[in-house]
Amino acid sequence: MSRLGDWINDRLPYRRLWKQHASEYLVPNNLNFYYLFGSLALLILCNQLVTGFWLTLFYTPTAHDAFHSIQSIMRDVNYGWLFRYMHTTGASALFIVLYLHIFRGLLYGSYQKPRELVWILGMFLFFLLVLEACFGYLLPWGQLSFWGGSVMTSLASTIPYVGDTLVLWIRGDYSVSDVTLHRFFALHVIGIPFCVLFVVGLHVFTLRQVGPNNPTGVELPLTQKIPFHPFYTLKDGVAALGFCILFFAVVFFFPDMYGYFLDPMNTTPANVLMTPDAITPLWYMAPFYAMLRAIPHKLLGVMVMGGSMALLLFMPWLDKSVVRAVKNKNRYAQIALIFLVVSFISLGVLGMQEITPMKLVLARGFTILYFAYFILMPWYSRVDKTCEA
Amino acid sequence: MVDDHNSQKTVIDEKRRRFLVNMLSIAGSVSALGALMPFVSSCLPSMKSRADAGPMRVGVSHLKPGQQMTVLWRGKPVWIIHRTPEMLLELAKPNPDLRDAESKVPQQPTYAVNDYRSIKPEYLVLVGICTHLGCTPLYKPKEFYCPCHGSRFDLAGRVFKHVPAPINLEVPPYRFINEHVIEIGEEVL
Repeated sequence: MSRLGDWINDRLPYRRLWKQHASEYLVPNNLNFYYLFGSLALLILCNQLVTGFWLTLFYTPTAHDAFHSIQSIMRDVNYGWLFRYMHTTGASALFIVLYLHIFRGLLYGSYQKPRELVWILGMFLFFLLVLEACFGYLLPWGQLSFWGGSVMTSLASTIPYVGDTLVLWIRGDYSVSDVTLHRFFALHVIGIPFCVLFVVGLHVFTLRQVGPNNPTGVELPLTQKIPFHPFYTLKDGVAALGFCILFFAVVFFFPDMYGYFLDPMNTTPANVLMTPDAITPLWYMAPFYAMLRAIPHKLLGVMVMGGSMALLLFMPWLDKSVVRAVKNKNRYAQIALIFLVVSFISLGVLGMQEITPMKLVLARGFTILYFAYFILMPWYSRVDKTCEA
Repeated sequence: MVDDHNSQKTVIDEKRRRFLVNMLSIAGSVSALGALMPFVSSCLPSMKSRADAGPMRVGVSHLKPGQQMTVLWRGKPVWIIHRTPEMLLELAKPNPDLRDAESKVPQQPTYAVNDYRSIKPEYLVLVGICTHLGCTPLYKPKEFYCPCHGSRFDLAGRVFKHVPAPINLEVPPYRFINEHVIEIGEEVL
């Protein structure tokens, strides 16, 4: 058996790769709960790929049959309901995990030198996955799929001069139609997944190049580092199992999560002539949607929404602090992060609700707070804890 | 193994380690197998397919002697032929040119293993797909003739020797609900 191993190793050096990336890949010994979300995100991504592929065995990507094919999956295909729920729950789970994963980066300054590229690639992944979710949401061809799709594609019309042509180009037709469904299907199943896989590879590669950060924010000496395998492979394994317990509890007992993971409005087939009373995106887009609604100007609203995501790209250069971890930073920085989290969550809550004058004021306030975290960071991060000047 | 950062060497309990690894492997394999089941099961025919594949009823009272009708069952053409007394006389005679005169190959239900390969001699029920490569043979006065590669079958669907087709035409499961109605196929469980 080891002769076979030698034969393979001479041609594909798996032993060296195993040592380099697992058994002798030294990693800080203090990686905590927040460091589990990267590998968990990869697990969920695999779930989406597998259940997503499976769904394409039974789904029909035409406006005429899409809705019906999903009903057939739910009712006729053996275990169809299981795979469908795994895919929708997986999408929401992925965003929960990703938001926590990004939060870890903000908490411990993982975006700082020398990990700026890891962070940038990560943000690209986030944008790609937001797009993936948007394309995927059209596919069930329910009321919210269609009208949400119309709203999302019309965002492009805000761009001056080329806006309307751009919307026409994206949709492929004079309104969201069968043509749009076909191309969103192709993008969702093949186009974006390939890009995601590629960028995930780069993201992990650039991380492995410099090694992970740790909760102290200070580079640890070799004596405080332990090999990735078996310590973190097993720890991540336990986390994966724990995650699976929660995940399948949702899949089996509350797959629609009271309307947050699967909106009841989307159980009605798309009706071009009837706009639903309230078009809300799924919960993970709610914070950005709240920001869009808070701004009374069409183009500015879109720019604010896009900017709120894009600003994250610049974190390595906005943060002028000499320390990485937030607990070592000054009071302003700590309060700013708390405000960011509070704003983001509040905006998310507001984004799922109908607008009232009071809620509009709140949304605007929280949007300002959210942006303040980034825009004021070059100043408040420079205030040194110990010096006066 | 990398040294512990304590100054003492850790004592490894090999037996316990092996036990744990084995138990985990067994549990993992069982789980993986279990996780595979929905995937395998889902690719089997869905409830709708099983419903569509159920039995179908055909009225035969309108068939004149010598006449053939074709129905679609499970996506396949099924012939019902009202055979004439002359045809039945011919079929009763032993024919040395047949490959499988006694229907030894299981291409028919047990109640169709007889001279006429049917429940009632007058009514022949056959799946109209040539057992060579799948074309639909033509109904000729004395035989079924497949135009694709020249296979020939007698009027009970038995294949002749020296033709490409290897076995007799298939008789689907069927029964007479009453004098005039045949039910083709069985319930799919």
